Amino acid sequence: MPKVPGMVKGLGVTFRTMVETLKPSGGPATVQYPHEKEEPTARARGVIALHEENCTSCMLCSRECPDWCIYIEAHKTLAPPRRAGGKPRQVNKLDRFAIDYSLCMYCGICVEVCPFDALFWSPEYEFSEVSIADLLHEKERLGEWMDTVPEFEPYEAGSEAKTRKVPR
Amino acid sequence: MNELILAVELAYWQQTLIKVVIAAVLVPTTALIFGIVFLFKVMSWMQSRMGPQEAGPRGLLQLLADGAKFLQKEDIIPDKADRFVFKAAPVVVLASTFLTYVVLPAGPDLIISNLPTGIFFALAVSSLSVIGVLMAGWASSNKYALMGGLRAGGQLIAYELPLILAVVGVVIQAGSLSMQDIVLAQANGSVFGFSAVGLPFLITQILGFAIFMVAIQAELTQPPFDMPVAESEVVGGFHVEYTGFRFLFFFLAEFATAFAFAAIAATLFLGGWYVPGVDPDSMLANVVGPIALFVKIMVVAFLIFWFRFTYPRFREDQLQRVAWKYLIPLALVNITITGVLVVAL
Repeated sequence: MPKVPGMVKGLGVTFRTMVETLKPSGGPATVQYPHEKEEPTARARGVIALHEENCTSCMLCSRECPDWCIYIEAHKTLAPPRRAGGKPRQVNKLDRFAIDYSLCMYCGICVEVCPFDALFWSPEYEFSEVSIADLLHEKERLGEWMDTVPEFEPYEAGSEAKTRKVPR
Repeated sequence: MNELILAVELAYWQQTLIKVVIAAVLVPTTALIFGIVFLFKVMSWMQSRMGPQEAGPRGLLQLLADGAKFLQKEDIIPDKADRFVFKAAPVVVLASTFLTYVVLPAGPDLIISNLPTGIFFALAVSSLSVIGVLMAGWASSNKYALMGGLRAGGQLIAYELPLILAVVGVVIQAGSLSMQDIVLAQANGSVFGFSAVGLPFLITQILGFAIFMVAIQAELTQPPFDMPVAESEVVGGFHVEYTGFRFLFFFLAEFATAFAFAAIAATLFLGGWYVPGVDPDSMLANVVGPIALFVKIMVVAFLIFWFRFTYPRFREDQLQRVAWKYLIPLALVNITITGVLVVAL
């Protein structure tokens, strides 16, 4: 086959794309957003969800956050002993956990550093607000996102890493 | 042939008024048609999108909505700008567009003014826009605008030459500068004695047509020749400081000029309003003519915008090289061959 000049080939590409878009069997690569929703992939970084029970208020996420958009307040309290007759344990009780999504840059470092699996990515993306102050999600709102966190997919065969579980 | 029109004898001022009104309606309409059909729809399809969908049926009124938005915008003039020149520049550009429409024939009688030097006039006034562009670039007192204006000046002047030289071949073959005579020459011509479709000069002037298409692409400063308005380098070039309706003027002028050039190309190379089988002197030609011309314009415009949406931008030196080292010599060769053949045959 003789070599087609690149300029002609380029014209072919755009023309083919046009025909493909207009064909009933083809259609565009985009979706008409407010009318039909895009399906993000399961691991998409939409919003960060908080599983409050796992959080120990260790402040790692807050300190690693490049934007300093995580606010944590906690106080020390006594929890009942694990075994009967034991000493009551000293634990941190979370008073406030908030992520300011008007500052967040969705880097995911907080999710990475959390040693107790309290933070998860959710593919949910529809949380825009009329007022910028409403983008400050307190722990109740962050907890609600937990329902939208999908299960982790298993690693490829032969992998030694254990598939993580999403606490429900 | 025009008993119907002449049945009502109109005074000169009445005729002029009608022509002015028609032109005032026609020019923005053509810009709208091109903007919607090509900029919004065809471009979207070529990029695997659907284009605007919300305003009006299938988003067809989007450009009207955009226009209304532009009219509401604040009219900002830079503090250090040369206010008079700044304000006059879009008017000059738009005026050159309006003037080009004067000689475009849409039928045997449907022409604003059948000048004996029609095509010469059209090309002359279309190059007026260079002055408007330079005015805009200079008066904005913005270095990006100035750079864009100078680039536009260099480019428009460079591509003016192949544009005109490409037309010369057609003029030699038609033996006239009048747009109507060029159409009639194509209508009355024949291809090797086969005269059913006349002789669209596309067949004999294929090289001229190619040069003309490249040159109008550059004259419209659209990709791949959009160096003057390159948004990644000079952030819009000469119209970077323009807002609201002044920007709308530039936008209107760009697309109305695209329509005018497409109309010139259709007239010179595709037979204009002539439809094979329709007597060019009959009243019917006045009815079918505009439709035929519009279809031909859309075909030419599809080519123009197809190139626009496909190719990346030329570098400035490549851009100048294409004009001076390839297009102009080719156009001269085309003229020589045409001239020799016309004399010899």
